[in-house]
This record gives sequence, structure tokens and C-alpha cells, in this order.
Amino acid sequence: MALVEIRDVHKTFGKVEVLKGVSLDVEEGEIVTIIGRSGSGKSTLLRCINALESVDSGEIRVEGQTVHARMPDLKKFRQRVGIVFQAFNLFPHLKVERNITLAPLLTGRIDKAKARALAADVLTRVGLADKIDAWPEQLSGGQQQRVAIARCLAMAPHLMLFDEVTSALDPELVGEVLKVMEAMAKQGMTMILVTHEMGFARNVANRIVFMHQGRVWEQGPPAKLFANPETPELASFIASAK
Amino acid sequence: MRSFSLIDFVSLFAALRWTVALVVLALAFGAPLALGLALGRISRFAGLRWAMAACIQVIQSVPLLGLLFFFYFGMPVFLGIQVPALIAVTVAYTLYTAAFLGEIWRGGLEAVKQAQWEAGACLGLSAWQQFRHIIAPQALRMSLPPTVGFLVQLIKGTSLASILGFVELARAGQVVSAATFQPLLTYALVAAIYFALCLPLTLWSRSLEARLDGSR
Repeated sequence: MALVEIRDVHKTFGKVEVLKGVSLDVEEGEIVTIIGRSGSGKSTLLRCINALESVDSGEIRVEGQTVHARMPDLKKFRQRVGIVFQAFNLFPHLKVERNITLAPLLTGRIDKAKARALAADVLTRVGLADKIDAWPEQLSGGQQQRVAIARCLAMAPHLMLFDEVTSALDPELVGEVLKVMEAMAKQGMTMILVTHEMGFARNVANRIVFMHQGRVWEQGPPAKLFANPETPELASFIASAK
Repeated sequence: MRSFSLIDFVSLFAALRWTVALVVLALAFGAPLALGLALGRISRFAGLRWAMAACIQVIQSVPLLGLLFFFYFGMPVFLGIQVPALIAVTVAYTLYTAAFLGEIWRGGLEAVKQAQWEAGACLGLSAWQQFRHIIAPQALRMSLPPTVGFLVQLIKGTSLASILGFVELARAGQVVSAATFQPLLTYALVAAIYFALCLPLTLWSRSLEARLDGSR
């Protein structure tokens, strides 16, 4: 059984059908990168996997459990599925340590005595151990995004979703975030990413999914997909992304 | 006519307790109600949002004096209920406080980005935990200056209770001024006492603002 099973998912915002029957499986430990033009439904699909949006029809199952906004143990589910956003969304009124430990403490994952050690541990994993007592606004965009990743890691998720996490960063800060994600990939974390970083998609992902007009248009291993795109839409997308 | 003496001074300060009592009563009942109104105004249920907005609109549109008259003189006429003066002023000031603070706090809550709620939800926090630990602290900091501004308005607004017979600070000033025939001195003193009451609030709000915003 795949970790994530997406079956014929449809989603409409107003009169616009954003997802037009998307089906996709993601195995445990797999790194799947979703690429496509703006408006192709990539981010919406990611938000549906975490029940931030509910699907109109079709089904999404994560670890065998059907996902929707009114599922009975939504809070528990979200503790297992981390999501990192383009805009970081750190809590500006809390220091880095508290940003990381707030949810583990409130959800009873850890007790107070272990909180700082947990924050130090996940910050070390993203290379920011020295920033534990900093305020978010004292950090660069890249550092804030790494803290956001650390905040997710503190919940020990089984699956991580990344929604264009480098799009808001200055070019020179993109590398540090991608390096952290690469390290997570090597440790076997199951990851689904929406990204415009073609280099990362090519080098780190096990599989590329090209979405176009609300559908999975083409998918396969990066080497094959980038070298021999089967559809003219993907060929032109790759050409324009170069 | 007699000259201004220590007794007059003491009577002004004694009257201050009604001013303070009215403010405390208005806040004790008005603030929780204001929180309810603010939460109702940002609720996802359109009916509730509409109802809360209507309540606030009605109360804000009526002069404070009108509210005081309605609950003290109006209730016996319209509903046949004789309301004791203290209850009437408490209800009037409570509603006044709830409507204005509710709207101030709603603004503060809405000024916190929606993405902050989402970030909390994605970490598995309940709606209450998101509100309590993520949204409310940020909204509080933003709402603090207008909240204290309103508090100062409220302190000064308690002078209207004198119409229903409360000898609070302003009314005591009137009495002392009539007895001593020294209006300038008396009202200067009254003004100084109001000032002494309001200034620490403003200073406190500034320091609190700085403390809540530890990052700057």
C-alpha cells in the first residue's frame, strides 16, 4: 500500500475547476516533485493532501486513512504530515525555540524538560543550532525557512509537503534551504514538493510529476522525463524553465 | 460662600472612587462581552457575524447619554421595570465598552494574517490553541494603543453618570465649585486628577507594547 494514494480528485474554486481528476501514488521514502506552470493545480493538490482544502470528489488516503477537512482525528493526522509554506509563516511573537516547541508541548508530544533539547536537535539538523534564542525577524529569509522546516521536524512527521519553499527567497539563499531538504531526503523522509527548482527536481527527486491544466500530464524518473518528454506541453515547459 | 479647604479637596478624592468603580464595572462586564463580540465578528458563520455587527452598530450609534437615559428612565416606561441607578449605569457602560472594545479587538484579530492560523492548524493545534497561543498575543499587541485610548475615553465618560445622581469626580467638582465659588481652582483640580488617572495608563500601555514586542 502506498503512503499517499490520490484517486480521481476534483476541486473547484468558484467556477474554476483547479483539479480535474488527479490520481497519484507516493510510496514510503519516495521523493516526488510536482512541477508545472502557475495555475496548474500543484499547490492546491498539496493543500488537499493536508486537508487545508477539501476535495469535491475523489479520494485522498494517507497511511490508509481517508483525508478530508472533517476527518475525526484531523489534529493527530496533521501532526504526522508536515507542511512548509512559501512564506515561512513563523510566529513573529515567539523566539525560535518557542516557535519549534509550541506545538510539541501543546499536543503533549514532549514535556517541558525535553523541549529545549528537542529544539536544539532539530535546529542542528537544519544547521541553525546557534539561532535557538533569536527572534524570527532577526533571521534571513533562508534561515527563517530552515526554522520553519525544523518546526515541522519537531513533530516527527511521516510525510513532508513543501509548497514552493524557495520561491520567496533571494537567489543566494535558495541553496541553503535545498541542502537541508536534500539531507532530509537522504535520511529517508517521504517528501512531496512543489517547486520551480529544476536542478533540485532533477538531482534529488525519485520521480517528477508534471501537472498541466489540473491533471497529471506526465510522470516518471527525472532523467527520463527531462531527456525525453513525451508530450509537447512538458517539452515546452522544460524549455521555458531553462 | 466659604473658601476652598482641605475638606473640599478630600471630597473630590472621595468622589474619585465612583469614577474608578464605574470604570472597573464597565471593564469587568464589558471586556468579556467585547471578546465575544470580536470573536463573533470574525466567525465563519455569516449569520453570527451579521448579528454581532448589528449589535455593535446600534450601540455605537447611540450617544452614551442616550444609553444611560434608556436604562434608567426608559426601562420603567417601556417595560415597566424600575431599574436601580447602579444597575442602569453598569448595563449602559458595559454595553458601551463591549461595542467599542469589541470593534477594536476585532480589528486586531483580523490584522493577524490568516496564514498564522493555518500554520498553527498544520502543526496539529486546535482552534482554541491557535487563538490562545498564536493569534491573541499578536492581536493584543496591535490592539493595545487603541484599547488604552478607549480606556481614557471611558474614564472621562463616567462623568455622565452624574446625571443619574452619581457623585463621581465631575459631579463632586460641580458641588465643590458651587459651595466655594471658586470654579477655576476646583475644575483645574478636577482636570489634574483626571490627568493623573489617565497618564499612568498611557505610560503603562507604552511599556507593555514594548514588552510584548520583544523582538524589536
